[in-house]
Amino acid sequence: MSARDRILARLNRSAPQQPPALPDVGAWYATHRSSETPADKARRFRHFIELAHAEVHAVSRNNWADTLHQVLKARGIDRLLVAEGTAHGDTALDELPPRGIECSVYDMAIEAWKSEMFNATPASLTAARAAIAETGTLILWPNEKEPRLMSLVPPVHIVLLDASNIYNTFFEAMTAEAWNNGLPTNALLVSGPSKTADIQQTLAYGAHGPKELIVLLLGEEA
Amino acid sequence: MSEHTLHFKPAEGFRARSKAVVDNPFLRQSFRGAMDFLMSKRAAQFPDPEELESLRNLGEAIRQYNLAKLPDLLERLEANLTRNGIKVHWAETPDEANAIILGIIQGHGATRMVKGKSMVSEEIELNHAAEAAGIEALESDMGEYIVQLANEKPSHIIMPAIHKTKEEIARLFHEKVPGVDYTDNVDALIQIGRNVLRQKFQEAEIGLSGVNFAVAETGTLCLVENEGNGRMCTTAPAVHIAITGIEKIVEKLEHVPPLLSLLTRSATGQNISTYFNMISSPRKPGEKDGPEEVHLVLLDNGRSQAYADEQLRKTLQCIRCGACMNHCPVYTRIGGHAYGTTYPGPIGKIVSPHMLGLDATAGLTTASSLCGACGEVCPVKIPIPDLLIRLRSEAFSAPHAKPAMRGQGAGHSPLISAIWRGWALVYRSPALYRAVSWLGSRFGWLMPSRQGAWTTVREPLRPAPKRLRDQLKERNKA
Repeated sequence: MSARDRILARLNRSAPQQPPALPDVGAWYATHRSSETPADKARRFRHFIELAHAEVHAVSRNNWADTLHQVLKARGIDRLLVAEGTAHGDTALDELPPRGIECSVYDMAIEAWKSEMFNATPASLTAARAAIAETGTLILWPNEKEPRLMSLVPPVHIVLLDASNIYNTFFEAMTAEAWNNGLPTNALLVSGPSKTADIQQTLAYGAHGPKELIVLLLGEEA
Repeated sequence: MSEHTLHFKPAEGFRARSKAVVDNPFLRQSFRGAMDFLMSKRAAQFPDPEELESLRNLGEAIRQYNLAKLPDLLERLEANLTRNGIKVHWAETPDEANAIILGIIQGHGATRMVKGKSMVSEEIELNHAAEAAGIEALESDMGEYIVQLANEKPSHIIMPAIHKTKEEIARLFHEKVPGVDYTDNVDALIQIGRNVLRQKFQEAEIGLSGVNFAVAETGTLCLVENEGNGRMCTTAPAVHIAITGIEKIVEKLEHVPPLLSLLTRSATGQNISTYFNMISSPRKPGEKDGPEEVHLVLLDNGRSQAYADEQLRKTLQCIRCGACMNHCPVYTRIGGHAYGTTYPGPIGKIVSPHMLGLDATAGLTTASSLCGACGEVCPVKIPIPDLLIRLRSEAFSAPHAKPAMRGQGAGHSPLISAIWRGWALVYRSPALYRAVSWLGSRFGWLMPSRQGAWTTVREPLRPAPKRLRDQLKERNKA
């Protein structure tokens, strides 16, 4: 008998014959969380993510690249990692190099350029799939074009979020999009720049991940 | 890395370790301050008592539902993880878990492992096993990194270095990290840790992590963190090994949001952690990063013993938020190291007996005033005080043939049991009670003036020269 079989046999001996009823999670959210207008959700999202030390810029569809350029210029950053083959990545590739920002792309497996990623990539641009208002949270589903380390290793992470994709709660996001039918390799919730309070409960930003998180909020009226 | 091996030693020295902390005003102040901070942060997250209560009820219902189906869910989790390409391993004991993990590492010819925060890896003392096998096991959570540099153990399950001041950490970095000047600026200290560890994230072949929730229906491992080191450990190295206790399973993905909300709000008073990382497979063809291999080690280590008893099973509802220790008057005064167990505080007292046996932990069950604070704040409503009373009874009653727990009766003393039987007899018989109380009032002066621990800070106990019944009799006469 394997360890697996022995553990399962012990548990099966004592498991209750009749499990309790399935808890109604949806009913709790229906009674404890109200639905909000898109504008209210955008305001709440912004409030909470700013509380967590993220910077938010309201942008429109035709000017966001200008804001992106200003954000980088203000920090003296002249290199940006972008996702080639995505709408936002291609826009950045078109618009930034003429203004003096070099755009690099994630076009090979990390093993081939780990050191460059860790040591010579000051900033990255990714999109958010959606967001959550009640906690000020970005939902990222990294993929082949926009891999996982893009939102983690560069010290400045810039995220483009469409304000019409903000859910009220995490529960609403996962049920509306039926996540239980299948999740990607990695799904992420990001609610601010990396931080720690491990030294004498003193909050410090930029523990291991991005020191700065900048959200370009598409469509929200400033 | 360490000059000597540190092991958890629960029973021995609990009293001495507690006294050392109580006698140290700096440590006491440090714990008091930290616990006050964490309690007020939690309170600020739950302004509405009705919302808190109903969310706790939901959390409890979710945990109990999933525990009731645990064996089925484990099999479903295994099937779905396997389908997703994640390899599942089972371990009954810490030694088995270490052997599995070292086997995977050695199978890759690897020598460098970076670790995200994992209390289960502390429970199995993986770092010692790795060190003995010539594998570097480096903690990357800032708090864990600090206690590892100091050759200590975490003193809190959420904030491992809560017992250390920034000045101590400044000296530690100056002494142990090459080329670092003394600074007690917290931002500077964090940047030092960041720079050391970023290099390690690039080099390590193996990343190890714990698991906060494992979702059976999708085959997903969920991790909660603020720093990003957990994401580094689970993304940058070629192999990711996750380890978890068998109890941390939920059937449905929708069970996660309420538990996550309860966890972060109860633990650190955050409405959500900076990162919530959901991993469902290794790197797929075409993907450019992420580990090529992902493993999950499922550890029993006494959990199935707790599971076998309907009352003790509630121990396994725990989501490891640490609120019980933050609110515990005993933990606040003695700190986490005094307990000697991996998990300190109230949750440690009810979970450790299953891992280590009551023989090693009988003393911990009585290190409580039963004030009830732990049970009141528990986000999944574990009746910790009731479980403490149950464990006391298991530890101190006479050994019996079919014990519910390893080490049952370890604290039993025939003399003390005889005294309590005598006491019960006297209180059941009015005649005997009258006789004994009369003797007490007459010969009370014979009581010794030194009565052990009682008289170290109190007057000795002596029966009154006149019994209450006699006083009442006189008053009625008058």
